[in-house]
Amino acid sequence: MNAPAYNFAYLDEQTKRMIRRAILKAIAIPGYQVPFASREMPMPYGWGTGGVQVTAAILGPTDVLKVIDQGSDDTTNAISIRKFFAKTAGVATTTATDDATVIQTRHRIPETALNESQVLVYQVPIPEPLRFLEPRETETRRMHALAEYGLMHVKLYEDIARFGHIATAYAYPVKVNARYVMDPSPTPKFDNPKMDNCPAPQLFGAGREKRIYAIPPYTKVVSLDFEDHPFEPYRFNAPCALCGAEDSYLDEIVTDDKGSRMFVCSDTDYCEGRQAAGHHGSLSAAPYKEKAHG
Amino acid sequence: MVDQAALENDQPLLVATSLSKSFGRIAACRDVSFSLYPGEVLAIVGESGSGKSTLLQLLSGQLAASGGHVSYRMRDGVARDLATLGEAERRFLFRTDWGFVHQDPAQGLRMAVSAGANVGERLMAVGWNHYGRIRDTASDWLTRVEIDVARIDDAPRTYSGGMRQRLQIARNLVTEPRLVFMDEPTGGLDVSVQARLLDLLRSLVAELHLAVIIVTHDLAVARLLSHRVMVMKGGRVIETGLTDQVLDDPREPYTQLLVSSILPP
Repeated sequence: MNAPAYNFAYLDEQTKRMIRRAILKAIAIPGYQVPFASREMPMPYGWGTGGVQVTAAILGPTDVLKVIDQGSDDTTNAISIRKFFAKTAGVATTTATDDATVIQTRHRIPETALNESQVLVYQVPIPEPLRFLEPRETETRRMHALAEYGLMHVKLYEDIARFGHIATAYAYPVKVNARYVMDPSPTPKFDNPKMDNCPAPQLFGAGREKRIYAIPPYTKVVSLDFEDHPFEPYRFNAPCALCGAEDSYLDEIVTDDKGSRMFVCSDTDYCEGRQAAGHHGSLSAAPYKEKAHG
Repeated sequence: MVDQAALENDQPLLVATSLSKSFGRIAACRDVSFSLYPGEVLAIVGESGSGKSTLLQLLSGQLAASGGHVSYRMRDGVARDLATLGEAERRFLFRTDWGFVHQDPAQGLRMAVSAGANVGERLMAVGWNHYGRIRDTASDWLTRVEIDVARIDDAPRTYSGGMRQRLQIARNLVTEPRLVFMDEPTGGLDVSVQARLLDLLRSLVAELHLAVIIVTHDLAVARLLSHRVMVMKGGRVIETGLTDQVLDDPREPYTQLLVSSILPP
């Protein structure tokens, strides 16, 4: 028997059209959460069912897909989504940011600057930035409609009152196109400035919550703050231990139970690219030693 | 030259005209009319189920009336019918020019965020964007309602009942409203705490020249705070007048009953 014949990119054409309509509306109203009829996908909620549906709806046969999970191309989630589309759509996949036309991401924006021919698709667990401040969804929708965002500053106020600075490190609220306050999904706040005036369209899909929202290309995205406590992106104060990069977002990796740790680029493609170009850090494997043993 | 402030005080702040509200066949409020002037405190008294709280909700635009209307003189001096205000305008009014003190502080406060943020929320909602100034204003208000400034970063969850109620008052007054609605503000507090709260309210009302509509079943509260009293029964206003006049010389049998049911001190 033949393998089951999937429609191109798994979803049927009607569903894709429905999702595309939601995406178009989301692009027309930057930052506004558009409800859509999210489908069951062959993966659990929390694994990117929203992002996968958006990707499926915009993917064409000539697209090149890259999937990252916390910056990495090699984790289970990234590999299985890449394989999923390689199988159901037959599209080419890549790990190189420059070669990709569609990039699905969980929690990071690639370090390499994006261009106009690319689309960034985010997997979003909780689309509502006001969720933990105002539990009633009817009320938060009204607050968005009337642009009542004082409550968002209450959260930042609490941060400063408790920790002396704005301690929100990820899912840092932004105002899109001077109108809607948006949750940029749990990306570190280090990535917030990359959203501003980005040439690539950014699409956000939340599968369980059944919402799609978007930032069109070259849109103003401002991180909320106070005049006397301005927004500051956070980064560990260290170079990458493998490629020596001083400008990339770092992961902290604990290496033993005696307190040793190393900092490495969270964007694996960026780090590998730099290493291939001859950069190295304090813990890089020295190539001459390997040759001596080889 | 015309004294602008005196002219302002001569015009009613809020006018209710034959307000009624029915829930199905039950008429909760029938044909209520009155005017409230700036700086005036009006107490609405009556037993449970007499329509006091429904009236308060009608007056504050939280409930649509079945008949009649409420007009409010905005800060620009123009009287507007509340029913014609858009939702955005009404909510803005609620955040700036009005206050609402609930009987249960948990309804009026955000119990999980600090006292400072509770007081500062209204300021942030009207666009204040300077942490230092918001915090200074919040601590100033905590002092005014006699809450220790050292507790500014504690959540109201950790406060006593009286402190919560005072915090709720500070949160409402921070934008310097002209009209405050109060729904049984002293309910559920013990007598000595009640007395302190009433004292505080009385001085704040005088100091800020607030107009207040206070709903209460406690005639002592009405006597202490209000200039005028409206007595309600079965959804109707049965007696209205100056506080001393109504409480010392009640005309209606029901008011007489109400007054006589208080234990003599």
